Amino acid sequence: MSDAAPAITQAERDDLRRNGILLTSLEELYNWGRSHSVWPLNFGLACCAIEMIAASMARYDIARFGSEVFRPSPRQADLLIVSGTVTKKMAPQVVRLWNQMPEPKYCIAMGACAISGGPFKQGYNVLKGIDRFIPVDIYIPGCPPRPEALLHGLVQLQAKISGQPLTGPDAPRHLRTDIECDCPVPEFGAHDLEPPQNPAVWTPPPAVVRPDKA
Amino acid sequence: MDTVEQLRDRLLARFPGAGITVVANPSPAAQHSLLLTAATARDLALFLRDEPGLQFDQCSNVTGVDWPDKEIVDTTKVTLPDPAGGPPKVVEQKSKRVEPGCLEVVYHLYSIALRHGPVILRLRTANRTDSVTLPSLTPVWRSCEFQEREVFDLFGVVFAGHPDLRRILMWDGYQDHPMRRDYVEPDSYEWEPTPHGEVLAKARQHYPAPAAAPEAPKP
Repeated sequence: MSDAAPAITQAERDDLRRNGILLTSLEELYNWGRSHSVWPLNFGLACCAIEMIAASMARYDIARFGSEVFRPSPRQADLLIVSGTVTKKMAPQVVRLWNQMPEPKYCIAMGACAISGGPFKQGYNVLKGIDRFIPVDIYIPGCPPRPEALLHGLVQLQAKISGQPLTGPDAPRHLRTDIECDCPVPEFGAHDLEPPQNPAVWTPPPAVVRPDKA
Repeated sequence: MDTVEQLRDRLLARFPGAGITVVANPSPAAQHSLLLTAATARDLALFLRDEPGLQFDQCSNVTGVDWPDKEIVDTTKVTLPDPAGGPPKVVEQKSKRVEPGCLEVVYHLYSIALRHGPVILRLRTANRTDSVTLPSLTPVWRSCEFQEREVFDLFGVVFAGHPDLRRILMWDGYQDHPMRRDYVEPDSYEWEPTPHGEVLAKARQHYPAPAAAPEAPKP
């Protein structure tokens, strides 16, 4: 688990593995274990949830990636798949579910609505992206994304988990003591959610128009 | 089934002085409707439901319309005599008046028993601000309950006699009525790749275009 160059290269390790000798590190073993047993929360919001259900059925079979155990309780889940439009009335409940999940936990924003509000972005009751309140690890675009896209997003999440060092500033949240993991649950205000976003996880993006093109 | 005019005459024969107006629909659909007054709407609705020849036993749809205050310019031609003795001049005089707005609730009725319909009823409030109470038709047609709650939520029409008048889509502490034309949404805008129309105006407000670079002085 040191940052120094490995004493043995990947090619040499593969060669040893062919001869029946398995070399690994604690970090690799730990991340391998948790990245292949990501249990999602049994939770859907709109039509993207139908694609999520399809991904869990026999044709697409999310069980191939170790994520078939959809838990009905947030206390037992590792992954929150925000699949669908998050209305402002629903947003506090989604944040509350996120807070009830134990670390290590990850979030996938599935579909255009969960990413940005999608086609309903200008609507009076639609949250313009769940990343305004909870930290999102993987964004899957699409309206809705096909089950293959969800599987690809899951594989990307597994790659992200596998690459996390267990110490240092890039360690996963559950191995750190210096950060607060709970997200504040927004209140229902007179005209909007209070606060309308969580500044710890989201700030308005800067303009991406080049000054000479504006 | 009767035409809307026949239906109006039938209702007026039973309820003289009920004040029923036919609102014509000039489009090809020609779905004309009946504008009722709030005071007699409940009695007329019960009659429409229970009269053997009508039997409008299903209210399939309740919706709202917001008619904001409209400024109308009237143009009148006035003939002024010419003091110099020439022919009189015709001058156009313009006067402005404000037609007060209202909130409108529309009911679509069908008869399952007699297989006819729809008949469209309209109710209008006196104004858009303080006098927004209309009689609820939920005691007549149970299917109006949730839809009248939705009209209450999104337009702010108060239905007198509704069994459970609460907001249905927005939360209880919410103050606005989002489907009204003068609703101002909270300012939570962010950059968007292809803004246009009102969105473009808001985008400019949040991301003003950088000041144009001063032109290089020409020699």
